[in-house]
Amino acid sequence: MLRIEKIKEENKDILRLIGEVDASNSVLLDQSIQEVVQQGASFLLIDGKELGYISSAGLGVFMSYLDEFSEKGIRFAIFGLNDQVGEVFKILGLDRLISIVPDKLTAIASQHES
Amino acid sequence: MNHKLNLSCSTAALAELRSFLQQNQAIFKLSEVDRHQVTLAVEEVCANLIIHSHACNPKEEIHLEVKELNKKIIVEITDKGDAFNLLDYKVPDLSQVIEEKRKGGIGILLVKKIMDEIEFESKNGKNICRLIKNFRP
Repeated sequence: MLRIEKIKEENKDILRLIGEVDASNSVLLDQSIQEVVQQGASFLLIDGKELGYISSAGLGVFMSYLDEFSEKGIRFAIFGLNDQVGEVFKILGLDRLISIVPDKLTAIASQHES
Repeated sequence: MNHKLNLSCSTAALAELRSFLQQNQAIFKLSEVDRHQVTLAVEEVCANLIIHSHACNPKEEIHLEVKELNKKIIVEITDKGDAFNLLDYKVPDLSQVIEEKRKGGIGILLVKKIMDEIEFESKNGKNICRLIKNFRP
């Protein structure tokens, strides 16, 4: 089961992922990201505090947007992942391609770095 | 204790697969992170078979068996149909996946990184994939 909540906070679009992302529902994640991108998002945050699981289907969705994010200058970060899910991103080295931070405040603070 | 599962070839069955693996006593002996990753690797192989070898036909089935042998966990995944030998599959590199905006192709890469050994055999129309994880001392 996957539920995605969209939250708008000032210049930030936050997608809260609740549940598990696998091959049966990764299309929902894809659609949600596509929508916020089309609506002109400038800073997209993924809230992963309640994400219990992600398979390659979900990782692939994030990866497929990385070029578009950098072309459009969209800032992107994932925060709040639990240890097990965080490790999955590290297996493939995605933690070097995506900003993965402990919490929302760190994600927002890192906004001013680059 | 149930070590065996018949899984319907539908992506909706993947959640059932995860709960079967998470409740398995042999797998439960792994660390929390290893347990999570072995679950992921098994799911990646099954999702691949469901989608590519069985075209998501829920009438077809994949058979799973979990064994514990000589400080190893062996997950045996058996199906009938077009053989998919993941040992022969050339995994893409990440930059290729990003550049081509592919949403697939990294599952097998995960399996190869997570498991200690992978065996594949195909005979008489039956394909067996064995995913092996060693217990850490």
